[in-house]
Amino acid sequence: MGENTPFDEMYNADGSVREPYRALSEWLAEQPEKGLALMQADAEAIFRKLGITFAVYGSEEGTEKVIPFDVIPRIIAANEWRKLSRGIEQRVKALNAFLYDIYHRQEILKAGRIPEKLILNNAAFCPQMMGLEPARGVYAHIIGVDIVRVGPDEFYVLEDNLRTPSGVSYMLEDREAMMMLAPDLFQRSKVAPVETYPENLRRTLESVAPAGAGRNPVIAVLTPGIYNSAYFEHSFLADQMGAQLCEGQDLFVDGGKVYMRTTTGPERVDVIYRRIDDDYLDPLTFRPDSMLGVPGIFDAYRAGNVTLVNAPGTGIADDKAVYTYVPEIIEFYLGEKALLNNVPTYNCTDVDQRAWVLENIAELVVKEVHGSGGYGMMVGPTSTKAQHEEFRKKIIARPDNYIVQPTLSLSTCPTHINNDVAPRHVDLRPYVLVGDEVRITPGGLTRVALKKGSLVVNSSQGGGTKDTWVLED
Amino acid sequence: MRMLGRTAQNLFWLSRYVERAENMARLLEVGYRMSLTSRREGGASEHLVSMLKAAEMDEAFAERHEVADVDTVAYFMMFDPTNPSSVYSCLQAARTNARSVRTAITTDMWESMNGAWLEFSQIKPRDVRGAKLLGLLQWVRQRSHEFRGALLGTILRDDGFAFLQAGNFVERADNTARILDMKYYVLLPRSSLVGGEIDIQQWTLILRAASAHRSYGHVYHDRYKAHNIADFLILRTEMPRSLVYCAHFVRDNLNLLAKLYGRREACHDAMDDLLKLVEGTNMDQIFARGLHDFLNDFIDGNNRVTDTLSASYNFY
Repeated sequence: MGENTPFDEMYNADGSVREPYRALSEWLAEQPEKGLALMQADAEAIFRKLGITFAVYGSEEGTEKVIPFDVIPRIIAANEWRKLSRGIEQRVKALNAFLYDIYHRQEILKAGRIPEKLILNNAAFCPQMMGLEPARGVYAHIIGVDIVRVGPDEFYVLEDNLRTPSGVSYMLEDREAMMMLAPDLFQRSKVAPVETYPENLRRTLESVAPAGAGRNPVIAVLTPGIYNSAYFEHSFLADQMGAQLCEGQDLFVDGGKVYMRTTTGPERVDVIYRRIDDDYLDPLTFRPDSMLGVPGIFDAYRAGNVTLVNAPGTGIADDKAVYTYVPEIIEFYLGEKALLNNVPTYNCTDVDQRAWVLENIAELVVKEVHGSGGYGMMVGPTSTKAQHEEFRKKIIARPDNYIVQPTLSLSTCPTHINNDVAPRHVDLRPYVLVGDEVRITPGGLTRVALKKGSLVVNSSQGGGTKDTWVLED
Repeated sequence: MRMLGRTAQNLFWLSRYVERAENMARLLEVGYRMSLTSRREGGASEHLVSMLKAAEMDEAFAERHEVADVDTVAYFMMFDPTNPSSVYSCLQAARTNARSVRTAITTDMWESMNGAWLEFSQIKPRDVRGAKLLGLLQWVRQRSHEFRGALLGTILRDDGFAFLQAGNFVERADNTARILDMKYYVLLPRSSLVGGEIDIQQWTLILRAASAHRSYGHVYHDRYKAHNIADFLILRTEMPRSLVYCAHFVRDNLNLLAKLYGRREACHDAMDDLLKLVEGTNMDQIFARGLHDFLNDFIDGNNRVTDTLSASYNFY
């Protein structure tokens, strides 16, 4: 984990260009002055016109923003990707096996490999799921694995998003935009396609339809509605799959079956790709004050009359406290060593570890166990002394509410900044589909911290995105 | 794929709001021109108020402004977010509806709607005065045409199309009826002047509000006569904003739904009732009965079509 000179994905330390970036480097050199700036302006116009926006909670002026898009793609070599995707497949298989076990016999707890308390007292554990048999035994069908790179061969998994990971529409639209903006660059490179995602998503959803569904299962995407930050993505995916985009009010349960209200009366629904959190899914089973969900939908699910994707309760497997046990989980269920590294994580409830953390907080990253989107976290090296002190107090007050990790020196990629090209830190979220088989889209979403030196890539914190290329041999 | 009742509802109202924005712009243009041509003391304000009355917006206006002049009325009808019928509110509502049904409309339609909203929402009211106001009113009409063009050019002729078209023409019929009724309000206080110069000037503006001042000449080859103008806007089947034209258009689209879904609904009966008002009659009969009453009956019948349509196809 190089502390001072981050690994750059385009340039070697001696200034020579790394092989996967050769075509890009030549192309960059050929761009006329202001060429990138013009391209950038075109990209922004395209995105705004298409309405590819996200909402920033708490921002006062208009709630919709265009996520910044960087016109320089991020490139991953074929052999690098093979390694990554093997590690990802191993991980999602093990995590699904773990979920099945946790909601059935709980062998891993009986074997003492994970503390019982950590699971059973965890807010993300969903007792209502006990004993339920999901189609094909799959709980987490749609997964976004957050990965960072710190060296030529060094990748770390930051977190496994097993609830309702978002961002896949940006992966698809970034590619679309890039092909419009730089067709000549595509001609010089063999880039693995990502456009297959919606079709693969549909196949995955169909493959987990309940036994009673017909040959063409009816699929619905359940959205909280147009004011949700990811609404664009919900409508985009429904459109691309040819599925119905529903809000809670469009669905109802009758006789243990789920129907949607159509112009010609009720129509049975077989598979629901829900983009509503567990808590809001069904006011009869979960939060009674939810207006977004569908009363009775969980019972219909339990009865095997509809498939919910992802299953409720998957959060127990991507909980930040459970994260540290993933290598353990892989070994327990697959009998294999983990192919991808976990970031070393300090447990603040342990007295010795906590003392060390409090002393070294200026060098560390502190994350809230249940936080997301870059909220509730602190990056030691880029924070003030007052912020360090604030988080020390927070950790002392609630040690179980935080995990602490070393500050990883995220790799950098060339990025267009003010008509110049400069290195900026990036991460990677590949998207994985699990149904009748595991399908991983080559690449994923690259998020880039546009602020110089910043390690926080979240769009809610000023991050942008890049088209991500996996080269084919 | 079957259509959600909510989707049908959103499509119907999407079109209605676009058409309404266009008609608000027309109405305001008429009010503005009327006020410019008024030579009497206080006449300008009177014209603007009667225009607001015809649009049933006079009370809402009075709650917000003491004086009706071009600035206050233009702000109220164009930009006021608290006025649900302002161009601003209509475009916002249309765009929200479009966003809810993005999967049911084409990319061209979405881009047209989204673009119109983005541009309009950037405009600052204080930058739009005098001659610039007329330019902006024209822009609103043109964006409405563009949206309709995208719709006609790109969307499948299925149930979604029928709901969009029905919404468009239910709204247009309502607006034409109200524009005609405006004449009633304008003339009411000074009915002695019927047929006079001012009267003709006002009829001209009514025609203009329906974008019909030039086509009138093509149809009647005659100077403006109240009888002809009312005939033009109510009974002429070749006039695309006339009540009978709109009613036929809505009927055709309801029939398309009946054909696609294989059954007639309560809205088809309500449609038949509405058609009875405008078919098999003539202007003499309508004037004998009273234009204002006739228009009221039409507006009520038109509303019943919307109500029954909403119930028939599970709007909620």
